[in-house]
Amino acid sequence: MLLETNDLTIGYRTASGALRAVEGVNLAIPEGEIVGLVGESGCGKTTLARSLIGVMAGNASIERGEIRFQGRDLVSSGARYWKDRRWRDIAYIPQSAMNSLDPVYRVGDQLLEVLIRRGGMDRAKAKRRAAELFELVGIEANRLRDFPHEFSGGMRQRAAIALALALDPKLVIADEPVTALDVIVQRQILDTLDDLQKRLGISVLLVTHDISVVAYVCDRVAVMYAGKLVEEGSVDTVLGSPVHPYSMGLMNAFPDLGRASRTLVPIEGAPPDLHDPPAGCRFAPRCPFVVDACSEPPAIESVDETHRAACWRIGEAEALRKDASEVTTWQT
Amino acid sequence: MADVKPLVEVRGLAKHYERRGNPFVRRRGASDVVRAVDGVDLTIRRGEGVGLVGESGCGKTTTGRLLLNLIEPTGGQIVYDGEDLSTMNTTQVKEFRKRAQLVFQNPFDALNPRFTLYRSLVEPLANAGVPEDEHETRILRALERVHLRDAERLLDKFPHQVSGGQLQRIVLARALVLDPEFIVADEPVSMLDVSVRAGILNVLREAKQDLGLTAVYISHDLALVRYVCERTVVMYLGRVMEDGPTEDVVERPAHPYTKALVAAVPTPDPQQEHVALPILPGRPDATAVPSGCPFRDRCPEAHARCAEEVPAAHEIAPGHVVHCHLFES
Repeated sequence: MLLETNDLTIGYRTASGALRAVEGVNLAIPEGEIVGLVGESGCGKTTLARSLIGVMAGNASIERGEIRFQGRDLVSSGARYWKDRRWRDIAYIPQSAMNSLDPVYRVGDQLLEVLIRRGGMDRAKAKRRAAELFELVGIEANRLRDFPHEFSGGMRQRAAIALALALDPKLVIADEPVTALDVIVQRQILDTLDDLQKRLGISVLLVTHDISVVAYVCDRVAVMYAGKLVEEGSVDTVLGSPVHPYSMGLMNAFPDLGRASRTLVPIEGAPPDLHDPPAGCRFAPRCPFVVDACSEPPAIESVDETHRAACWRIGEAEALRKDASEVTTWQT
Repeated sequence: MADVKPLVEVRGLAKHYERRGNPFVRRRGASDVVRAVDGVDLTIRRGEGVGLVGESGCGKTTTGRLLLNLIEPTGGQIVYDGEDLSTMNTTQVKEFRKRAQLVFQNPFDALNPRFTLYRSLVEPLANAGVPEDEHETRILRALERVHLRDAERLLDKFPHQVSGGQLQRIVLARALVLDPEFIVADEPVSMLDVSVRAGILNVLREAKQDLGLTAVYISHDLALVRYVCERTVVMYLGRVMEDGPTEDVVERPAHPYTKALVAAVPTPDPQQEHVALPILPGRPDATAVPSGCPFRDRCPEAHARCAEEVPAAHEIAPGHVVHCHLFES
């Protein structure tokens, strides 16, 4: 594994009390794969993604757990070691590329800054590398002199990818890289990302709320709900035959252009307030398949060698899947 | 359906915006006029659900606002139930405002944060002069339509105290409370999470069916439009590219732009094929619209004529119209 988290738990101090946005998460990112981290607003996916580069909000802290990068735990290795991994080994593309570029500096200068200050290159070498990076992501090198506002949304996202790739990282974390983009631009960016991942052999953690994006480019997927990892496995198995009722619900609620006649199945209710989460399974209040056991939190367990889920009824998944596709099942 | 008189008839609709001159910013080749909507013809029959799709800047939102008489067109005509919107007098406009409603995109912005949800629902009724003793029944009926659970408990709350899904249901109920016959919904679910979105889409479908509503859905999401609309209108840079029954447009897209758009939509099926998009690089720029067909500079099938002439409408199947020279018979 290139990166592995172990029982990772992240808390926030807020005006209305403490809460745990991420709890006991074991996430694995293999070498040379694109892993999708999927879930809805507030499920903790961005908190988890940002914790991997050691840059978190001021009121957030890692309460326990490990983040092992190439076998070494970053949390206990000290801020200095972690900082050295940033850009060089693990790069982060924040949500909305607009925010990752400084509006008052030319895009090229921002690239040079990373290459020179973090990469230790001299100016001439950095300039050659900047042009090379722009070409890599599909922008003409003469646009390096432009300011961010002169770029379209898609180009800004490409520039953000170039920035992330500047120092040849092994892992790129992209937080909602295509969310604000039009569908054609979205497709072009995803194709670029996919192509770069293959050519450079890097790993990518793609954080998104959109399962169709996961289906399109990811090899593996991890599904989060209310701070917990509920299901993880290859995209084909998790999206094709989900085992956790929440994953089933997500699939059935998603409009599919390819399958017109299917009625969408909403998941009734709303995610729990993390200030006071349910004692047992966090999905239980919305889950139509609740049994007595669900008052205890289920551990994440293997379904098969590459597929894991946190549900007491893993063994009955096939029957549950059938019921989960009916709207009436969810209306209790 | 062909014999039913259309509810809305749009001819040559245009809305141009003057760009405010900024002496410090001058973009090469850009014009001072933004042609947001530039010659749109549209016929909406009673009870029909029409999806307006296209990318940012294609003019779909502007078209929606024009349809509701919220902004004035630069050119063209909208006839609503036989009445020209531009020549309506004050009484007629007031009547029109009861019959036609807008569903806002962002439920978090659509309601006054200092009003209880109940007050937000009463307001349109009071404004429309509905007698007070009818208010409660009308509100309860609208809330039933949108399947809001625990409605009584929620009505005394303020917008920030309820979830996005509940809020969007209130916004929908607010649009339905006056029993409109025509609604325009601008990206009604784009701010919501998938699990909640499905519920709102089902409410929209049901309300349309039960009330015989005529509805225009504006969305960038073709999959969503396919779910709620019988007809789909594809726009690009202020013009209609293709207009037809949703099934035809999605299954057998004819216009080169629609083909690219349909091919670009990802599906939740991991087995989907990765095909190259049939579109040339570039992006739509409403300040520098190409002559002739606005799509020609990105169209893989463009030829000389496309630069000279705006393509006329060609009917390739009953009710399926394509604005492209390739379909000249």
